[in-house]
Amino acid sequence: MSWFLVSLAVLLLGGVASLLLERRTSIVRFLGPTSVFCAAALGLGPVALTLTSDIPIRFTGVWSMPFGSLAFKMDALSAIFAGAILVISALSALFGAEYLRPQEGAKRIGMSWFCFNVLVASMLIVVTAQNAVLFLLAWEIMSLASFFLVMFDYEEGSVRRAGWTYLIATHIGTAFLLVMFLLLGRDVHSLDFDAFATAAGATGAGVIFFLAIIGFGTKAGFMPLHVWLPEAHPAAPSHVSALMSGVMIKTGIYGLVRILTLLGPPPAWYGWTLLCIGAASGVLGVLFALAQHDVKRLLAYHSVENIGIITIGLGVGMLGVSLGNGVMVVLGFSGAFLHVVNHAVFKSLLFLSAGSVFHATGTREMDYLGGLWKRMPLTGAAFLIGAVAICGLPPLSGFVSEFAIYLGAFFGVTDPSARLCVAGVVAVGSLALIGGLAAACFTKAFGVMFLGEGRSPHVEHAHDPGLAMRIPMMVLAALCLAIGLAGPVAINLMAPAVGLVAASWGVTLSPTLSGGTGMALWGVTTGASVILALAACVLLLRARLLSGRSVAGTVTWDCGYAATTPRMQYTSSSFAQPITRFFTFFLRTERRFTAPQGLFPDASSFSSETPDVYREHIFKPVFAALEAGLSKFRWLQHGRLNLYILYLVAALLAVLAWKMR
Amino acid sequence: MSASSIVSVMLGLILAPLLFGVINRTKAWFAGRRGQPLLQTYHDLMKLLRKGAVYSRTTTLVFRLAPAVELAAILLALAILPAGGVPAVLAFSGDIVLFIYALGLMRFFTVAAALDTGSSFEGMGASREVYFSALAEPAAFIGLAVLVRLGGGASLSVMFSGIGKAAWLAAGPALALVAVALLIVFLAENARIPVDDPNTHLELTMIHEVMILDFSGPDLALILYATSLKLWVLGALIVNLVLTLTDWTGMSRMAAFMAGMMILAVLVGIIESVMARMRLLKVPQLLIGAGALSALALILVMRSAL
Repeated sequence: MSWFLVSLAVLLLGGVASLLLERRTSIVRFLGPTSVFCAAALGLGPVALTLTSDIPIRFTGVWSMPFGSLAFKMDALSAIFAGAILVISALSALFGAEYLRPQEGAKRIGMSWFCFNVLVASMLIVVTAQNAVLFLLAWEIMSLASFFLVMFDYEEGSVRRAGWTYLIATHIGTAFLLVMFLLLGRDVHSLDFDAFATAAGATGAGVIFFLAIIGFGTKAGFMPLHVWLPEAHPAAPSHVSALMSGVMIKTGIYGLVRILTLLGPPPAWYGWTLLCIGAASGVLGVLFALAQHDVKRLLAYHSVENIGIITIGLGVGMLGVSLGNGVMVVLGFSGAFLHVVNHAVFKSLLFLSAGSVFHATGTREMDYLGGLWKRMPLTGAAFLIGAVAICGLPPLSGFVSEFAIYLGAFFGVTDPSARLCVAGVVAVGSLALIGGLAAACFTKAFGVMFLGEGRSPHVEHAHDPGLAMRIPMMVLAALCLAIGLAGPVAINLMAPAVGLVAASWGVTLSPTLSGGTGMALWGVTTGASVILALAACVLLLRARLLSGRSVAGTVTWDCGYAATTPRMQYTSSSFAQPITRFFTFFLRTERRFTAPQGLFPDASSFSSETPDVYREHIFKPVFAALEAGLSKFRWLQHGRLNLYILYLVAALLAVLAWKMR
Repeated sequence: MSASSIVSVMLGLILAPLLFGVINRTKAWFAGRRGQPLLQTYHDLMKLLRKGAVYSRTTTLVFRLAPAVELAAILLALAILPAGGVPAVLAFSGDIVLFIYALGLMRFFTVAAALDTGSSFEGMGASREVYFSALAEPAAFIGLAVLVRLGGGASLSVMFSGIGKAAWLAAGPALALVAVALLIVFLAENARIPVDDPNTHLELTMIHEVMILDFSGPDLALILYATSLKLWVLGALIVNLVLTLTDWTGMSRMAAFMAGMMILAVLVGIIESVMARMRLLKVPQLLIGAGALSALALILVMRSAL
């Protein structure tokens, strides 16, 4: 644990030093990323130790906060999340070092690194805290640090709006968490997690579960609490988006699982709730993603989708616990945990490559791009690998975790109980729909940005970024392939955490897969290797066939029409149009169309936009009504200090009178 | 992995292109023509493999990679496929998922290669392909879930050996519904009528054919071969399911499987002769209908557990 604390200290020192040395940009440029790197190197030791030995590491310090204690514990569950945080933050920091370079002088880079380091440190504390006060404090610091990072380009109105949306959403979530922790601690008169566990199964667990879903779901991005994600992720600088989307939203999943372990054996409706939330978030997340043409907004909606997949996994596992199917427990939870790690890897890879495109072209609108593969092949390859991985296709990482969840769901399908069969089919059906739509979405994003011909002058001078931005992309892409090929190893790394979660509900099971189910993951590895080997063989065969023959270059088949222009290509909007039209009930895409008129038509135009339905039709009216209602109390706030003091005195007297009663 | 499994894979590798011949001869017979030779696809493949290649200058490495990945993915699916009562070369719990996702990988690269050409026609085909397959995938998965429940395991090999006459007696209507749903998915995924017309000459109305317009020579041969294998593996699901009605084992079952594949090809030919392609806007309704049939089958199967 001491190494872990040293790692936290390095992060904070690095952050403060960056802030103090703000004027020395050449120092800050190295100081920020280097401190994150050192912290990651120091912190990964305890993480690896915990994951392999399955012995939790504890630290308890002295703190004069009422009900608070500086209690940290790194167990297997924390270690998974902490590991992802450390790796992704180090790589994002390296990327950010080069990404922020053009902004030096114009922006407060030191401040940005201070917030970045504080964000990483607070996420690490969140996943290891063993006391509610410490947890909430870190949670709040995490929200604030990320808020300031989102506001990096605060001169732009859209960024400010995004920032405020995020700030409000996250605080509403925190309010629910506050109530939840108070309820948890009400009977045991303590806010230590260990104490909560002793009171597990007490009355009101259902209410606590509900509060946790809303509080943590806001951070994780459950539909319809996701409204801040598609605003905040595009607004933030790309290395921050990678960190926020890759790992920060996962703290919501961590919190939910941690609280569930404190609530005692779960009734079946917990599992059903999670399964339904997961299916809804997954399907609607990917549908909204399909309708976007800002690449980072698209990726943000995909985070909602992947949180949905993780939650489906959790739901499958929970139903396995409640209805007594051990294999479902192991596969559901290990699939969900592995998907947490996988999503952290491929989503940050995608955000970094999208950032690299933005860096080179200055736009996030996919419809202005095209043909970037020729100009930035490395970024293109990185995005392709991320895209195949996020679609859950073999031979990459996404398939392994989705496979585990699918297999768990299929064990539900074969279970004699009809209820588990329904659960299994809901999971299988929604995963299938999500998979199909995700493939549509990422062929669109990849194809429109990197393939074909450039659609606007933005792409003319695009080129691959420098080494500091390339290395993180290459490392993450390699991780996607490695996890895809080493599925059984990766799933087994999740076993201690699965065992820990199951044990907290008194379920004894062997968290490692054995027999046919264990072999299943080797089957996946075999399949992945077969694909790679066969593809290589076919490529060699074709090379042999073509050697010595004529290989000519020509124009794309144009049906004899010689005056084609790149603007005639299918765009992201036209590619997705059939699907968005079919699902228009959910999406409510707004189309603005000026049709050509007359015999000699003038310019005509078409544009489409898909604003978030929940934001437009639920949250906006509610907040507008709230504002209208509360503005009646404006007369109380007139800015006269003496009257404010009168309020205070009156309030104190009222409390006194109430106590004397 | 037994010798007979390898033989069944070899038979698939050899016979898959024959299906196109059978389909085309059936259509020719209906139209009163003599039609092309049964082995025409083999001739086409050999001719294409002997040629050089022409690539569009717009295309990139993705276009060059795509045929190889497509063929590799469909070969993996073939390795997972049991045929005629013989377990597959690669069989494990959950191989269904790998089977469908291998087809997904194949589609991903077909679509990416189409977009790589920068042609609006190919973009159009690609857009339709991902749309229809996104709707076909749940139908296939839910249909397979019914078979998994009746067959007692999430592996194609286990599933088809677990379903027997008893299952048909207990849940015959459900199995028949699944067979119909799988047939619709089979027609849609292989770009056959009523979803797509492989013989159309108008780029605007094509789905699959338009996506491969710019391939030539050995690349086109690889794609053509991969397409015939896709017809084979998806068709084999239906034939395997129907064969569970019989008690045949060993060689007779294998022979019945091969005959079944040819009958399926004739059936496709008949469907293509007697009906027209649907309007593209109607296709989703067909696919959702397939999903509804699968879901209905599932309800029928679960009723017995309640």
